[in-house]
Amino acid sequence: MTTVAVVCTAILGLSALVAVVRIVRGPSMLDRAVATDTFIAMMAAAIGIEAVANDRTVTLPILVALALIGFLGSVAVARFAVRPEEEA
Amino acid sequence: MIDVVAAVLLVTGSLMSLTAAIGLVRFPDVLTRMHAATKPQTVGLLLILAGIAAHFHTLPVIAMVSLVAVFQLVTAPVAAHMVARNAYRAGMHDSRQLTVDELADG
Repeated sequence: MTTVAVVCTAILGLSALVAVVRIVRGPSMLDRAVATDTFIAMMAAAIGIEAVANDRTVTLPILVALALIGFLGSVAVARFAVRPEEEA
Repeated sequence: MIDVVAAVLLVTGSLMSLTAAIGLVRFPDVLTRMHAATKPQTVGLLLILAGIAAHFHTLPVIAMVSLVAVFQLVTAPVAAHMVARNAYRAGMHDSRQLTVDELADG
């Protein structure tokens, strides 16, 4: 299981780095919101892999919290940060 | 045996994140990037959660993992809907690439 954890961590780390590149480069706020959503999903995946690798379940409630509030960021950006004169 | 299943699920879920990252960088606009970005949010995370459930296979863990899966499946479309609608309203798309444009007359 350790090998699997190392492989998954490498893949997820690379993916998160690339997502951060998109967050930095933009070009619009919505691109950043989409990339941040993806980044949060990768973080949740990494927490899950940590739980399996160390054989403990204490970190799993963090997954519940992330799943509950992870989408608030992009909803807030989409609702309030983009062209306020056109909001519906 | 169950460990092999868990390992395959975890690695596949991680690969979904990699495809999403490649899509985020390579695709040209918000809507196409969203298409790539939703893979780890639903399929990837569900695979990882299935891997966790297969690794521990105790009732509390499976219950918590199902809760996460349900929350993720409920909230991801809400965020995607709002981002996509705002991207369309702000004109961040190429209308020549749309086959159907149902928002045009609304």
